[in-house]
Amino acid sequence: MVSTREKNLLTFILERTQHRQTTLRQFQATNQEAILAQLIDRRIQGKNKSAVNRERFLRRYKNQIKEAVTRAVKGRSITNVEGGEKISIPVKDVNEPSFGHDYGGVWETVRPGNKEYLKGDQVKRPKGGGGSGKGQASNSEETSEDEFVFEVSREEFMNYFFEDLELPNMVKTQLTASTDFKQLRAGYKLSGTTANLHILRSLRGALSRRIAVGGKSSRRLKQAMQEMQDLINQDVDDNDERVVALRHEINHLRTRLLAIPFLDTLDLRFSNRIKIPKPSTQAVMFCLLDVSGSMDEAKKDTAKRFFILLYLFLTRSYEKIELVFIRHHTTAIEVDEQEFFNSRESGGTVVSSAIILLNTILRERYPGSDWNAYVAQASDGDNWDNDSITCRQTLVESVLPLVQYYAYVEITDGEPQNLWREYEKIASEHGHFAMRKIEDPADIYPVFRDLFKKQNAKL
Amino acid sequence: MTEKKSTKTKAASKSKLNKNRLPEQSEWTFELIEQAETEIKRVAKNFGLDTYPNQLEVITAEQMMDAYASVGMPISYYHWSFGKHFLGTEKSYKRGQMGLAYEIVINSNPCIAYLMEENSLTMQTLVIAHAAYGHNSFFKGNYLFRTWTDADAIIDYMLFAKNFIADCEQRHGIEAVELVLDSCHALQNYGVDRYKRPAKISLAKEQLKQREREDYLQSQVNDLWRTVPRRGPVASDEEPRRVPSEPQENLLYFIEKYSPMLEPWQREIVRVTRKISQYFYPQRQTQVMNEGWATFWHYTILNQLYEEGIVGDGFMMEFLQSHTNVIYQPPITSPHFNGINPYALGFGMMCDIRRICESPTEEDYHWFPEIAGQDWQKTLDFAMRNFKDESFILQYLSPKLIRDFHFFSVLDDDAQETLEISAIHDDDGYRYLRERLAGQYNLGNREPNIQVWSVDMHGNRSLTLRHVQFQRRPLNQQTEEVMRHVARLWGFDVYLDTVDAAGNVTGRVEIKSERRSG
Repeated sequence: MVSTREKNLLTFILERTQHRQTTLRQFQATNQEAILAQLIDRRIQGKNKSAVNRERFLRRYKNQIKEAVTRAVKGRSITNVEGGEKISIPVKDVNEPSFGHDYGGVWETVRPGNKEYLKGDQVKRPKGGGGSGKGQASNSEETSEDEFVFEVSREEFMNYFFEDLELPNMVKTQLTASTDFKQLRAGYKLSGTTANLHILRSLRGALSRRIAVGGKSSRRLKQAMQEMQDLINQDVDDNDERVVALRHEINHLRTRLLAIPFLDTLDLRFSNRIKIPKPSTQAVMFCLLDVSGSMDEAKKDTAKRFFILLYLFLTRSYEKIELVFIRHHTTAIEVDEQEFFNSRESGGTVVSSAIILLNTILRERYPGSDWNAYVAQASDGDNWDNDSITCRQTLVESVLPLVQYYAYVEITDGEPQNLWREYEKIASEHGHFAMRKIEDPADIYPVFRDLFKKQNAKL
Repeated sequence: MTEKKSTKTKAASKSKLNKNRLPEQSEWTFELIEQAETEIKRVAKNFGLDTYPNQLEVITAEQMMDAYASVGMPISYYHWSFGKHFLGTEKSYKRGQMGLAYEIVINSNPCIAYLMEENSLTMQTLVIAHAAYGHNSFFKGNYLFRTWTDADAIIDYMLFAKNFIADCEQRHGIEAVELVLDSCHALQNYGVDRYKRPAKISLAKEQLKQREREDYLQSQVNDLWRTVPRRGPVASDEEPRRVPSEPQENLLYFIEKYSPMLEPWQREIVRVTRKISQYFYPQRQTQVMNEGWATFWHYTILNQLYEEGIVGDGFMMEFLQSHTNVIYQPPITSPHFNGINPYALGFGMMCDIRRICESPTEEDYHWFPEIAGQDWQKTLDFAMRNFKDESFILQYLSPKLIRDFHFFSVLDDDAQETLEISAIHDDDGYRYLRERLAGQYNLGNREPNIQVWSVDMHGNRSLTLRHVQFQRRPLNQQTEEVMRHVARLWGFDVYLDTVDAAGNVTGRVEIKSERRSG
């Protein structure tokens, strides 16, 4: 407790000195008289001084910012979200209140630029109630804007966007036996292969050892040399016993110093590299889309938004993501992204065709533990009766054991049909299978959040 | 006309000879800034400008935005509102909606002026003349700054404030501190004694006395509140002691001294914000004069440099372009109109005073007998030292300038159907307009008059404020929110009564205090 004030004082003095000493480049005016002006280059230091204040602002308005993000997602096309870093929240929320006058009562204001008026002229009150008094009333910088708009970095935006969400079952591949290892530096060690010899570090050690070991002798040597010089300056005879003794000592010291090895084995340092298991950072995301006649443009657009959301979300966790697009009506084919969203077929629906294709691709191209597989399926639920059972069987038996997560969204405003009912059976038995219903585009984000919200209690 | 021409040609021929001539280039270097500063210093000295020593700091645009955010202070405590300003500025700047100010100058000793790195050599020269000699001499000379601010101590005080508040944050948590600061900021304009002379702030004293003051203050407060509310009516002839005995204009001061529930550290925070508010008080009252003075001097100094051949034609063209932009006053009919431009009015008045001194007309002799034909440097110096915007306009606004600006006044009475033009720039109107315009710069009219009226010592400990209405003007929408801040600082119920011109209470805002836990 005693030291609190002293500590404060100390910090204070320190900072004050720093502030004064930060004169990095100081040019003094050539003018010699009076006190000279100082010219200081402050550009290099003191960057991001507002970082703390900025962070406090963001923290304080976290909820509003999250709302703004949600609005942004609902309102416009989701493809804009990725680049969208503009946040706007209502001005009244971030307002710093203060006492002031409102319009009303009597305002008499002097204005510049009279062109036509004479004293006593009566002028109609401008609409909007403000009258001439308003501009003067509020002296603050806030204008008529209703929104306080500012920018956050893309990363911050994504963090707000996906906050409280997590990818389920991310751990599977990390723990399997066949994981890759990556090498990391971890300091230095005393032994190792020559290839790993850290030269700088070793020589630094050698230098300090030589100084430590030879310091005393070397000091004495210097001194002896000086004494010798003095004697020579005094014209002392070469065989004088002092000279002989000194010469002997000098020789002895030199030998001693030379005996100190330039580099000793104990100087050697080797880079220490350790292996740590490398979690698989690649993922594959399957998009399954029903393009049968009953899926109209609006529904496909909704599905697209959902897929993009999932994609963005995955980019936060994985370095590399591959996308596989599977489109189906009565038969399924793999297509590229362009075709996936932009063509339309008609006819009936056999969902199992897509699931079987998914299974094939998964086993052929994304085997084992190298890949984290995620599946998002969108359909309007309108499937051929007998087919839904096949779907369930294929999923449970072949697909689900291989994927991290399977999300099914049904885009319909009608009653659930047989596919939904069959899937419900799967969902009740498998934790990483999730299904939700989306009725209109506004539901996408809530449903998405619902699917991926953090599940704390679960194993 | 001819005379002017001859000086110009003379200047042109001279300019070839001057060895100190600044090169015609837009990139600045440290050496060139130094050279420009030396020349400006010499000229300023010849004109008799008395300044604090200068400290010029070259900064980046981003640092300029930082400086913006913390109201120009090089050091300040942390608060979200500064972050908000930073984000707002950053956004407008990045989208090109707004350029940054060329300069920020701090009323300190030495006087710190910022030079932004992307300015051209001409702009740097302009900024040095404007800020480091114009504003600087105003800070040193004007009576309000001399009375209210202490240029020697402000940087130290801000450092003290920053450390103190950081320390509070550690001990009591960021959020608790933020609550107090929010409330204080809401009342910051009411943390000034308008009529009393303040004691100068001194760092050493703040450091040493802070702990002492905490204890002392607390004992004062305890003393005030020692009277435990008694039950039942007390038979007593004497009038109960009124607290405060007179209405108090400084709300933050009153809260700091008498608020019953504040912890000592909270009182100290109230004090910090109050002191900072006091420091900025003169700036709010001398905007026209301060900018006018600085603009007048950068104009005069740079013209002198041109005359001497230190700067060339290209330099002058760039300078004049930017100068003209700064002093442009859009008429009320223009879409760019945004009130009276203080640079335009201030610069106009300063030049006009010089004109009245140097070449007075018949009218000037009639209106300004005491300055017409006098020494202009002395006259301007006197005006700079002894006035604030309100009195400056009242004293020096000339009919000529009123005509130049085409000033007219509009009377807007919400009880009337129409607006009335109450005066224009004619013989009848000059005095009237001058008084009205001066009144427009009177902080007392601009801000609602709200004072501490009474404290219920024997009842519920409520605090009552009084708003004395000016021209029947109502309070704004934020009033309740501000009152909630008052309630937070006071700790008990608070009321705000509005009183009309006749002294009748016409309205009341009532905020119940949230009961504290524990």
